[in-house]
Amino acid sequence: MFEIGLFHYLTLAALLFTMGVFGIFLNRKNVIVILMSIELMLLAVNINFVAFSSFLNDLSGQIFTMFVLTVAAAEAAIGLAILVTFFRNKGSIAVEDLSSLKG
Amino acid sequence: MIGVIAFYLFSFLLLVSAFFVISARNPVYSVLFLILAFFNAAGLFVLLGAEFVAMILVIVYVGAVAVLFLFVVMMLDINFSDLRKGAMQFVPFGLALGGLLLAELVVLYSAWPEIPAQTAIDPAVAVDNTRALGAVLYTDYVFPFQVSGLILLVAMIGAIVLTHRTRSGVLRQKVAEQVSRQQSEAMTIQKVSSGAGVDHV
Repeated sequence: MFEIGLFHYLTLAALLFTMGVFGIFLNRKNVIVILMSIELMLLAVNINFVAFSSFLNDLSGQIFTMFVLTVAAAEAAIGLAILVTFFRNKGSIAVEDLSSLKG
Repeated sequence: MIGVIAFYLFSFLLLVSAFFVISARNPVYSVLFLILAFFNAAGLFVLLGAEFVAMILVIVYVGAVAVLFLFVVMMLDINFSDLRKGAMQFVPFGLALGGLLLAELVVLYSAWPEIPAQTAIDPAVAVDNTRALGAVLYTDYVFPFQVSGLILLVAMIGAIVLTHRTRSGVLRQKVAEQVSRQQSEAMTIQKVSSGAGVDHV
């Protein structure tokens, strides 16, 4: 019980991922907090990757963690840029107003 | 023993700060708790022996992404309390969905076959984490590495194009027009007859 195994890390990542999913429902109007919830979910995925990488003695998991980090950074930058542009035009960041993005 | 205590400490702080990220009233506090969550995750990565990824997490996430979030949150002039109105009606559904997801994950992990204990790497041939990652990243994964660089380039250009705006009514120096001015269009030479004054010019 006092030995920290793979199962401990997987449970932690599962809890963190669930919290990210729940955060989307709790803040379903606020795009910024939804983006932060997505970051939490990606962090949970990264913990899974690194845990498997460490317990299987395989470095591929850490390599993929870096790729996930890259894509997450790009996603955050683009998402926030869209958010800033939208706020400039509409004066709001509520999710229900975002439906006017089409055309 | 110290590793066990560190694991539970980092995990507890990670989960608590993740909870405050999604439940804080003010998004600025959310961002700050997100930074705390990233620090704790970096601590967990160090415990797992992935030092390089831990440092990258601190540099990229705390140094760039979280600060970007902080800038945007502080730049937008929004009454955030209005955005929380009516959010409670979806909480039961979110709890049910989250609980279902968690139950599925726990069932899956419980059924996971026990991973046989890996033979520890001989310390004589073992290299440090950063060197080992570099040896793999620049050989086996060189193409995904280049593609991730391209993704970052596209993201950078996209963010600049999206947020850049040309404002009207701003006086600015036009160097090209100033330099390309010719004498012929800048001044005229008039012949003034003497004694007639300058009124007719």
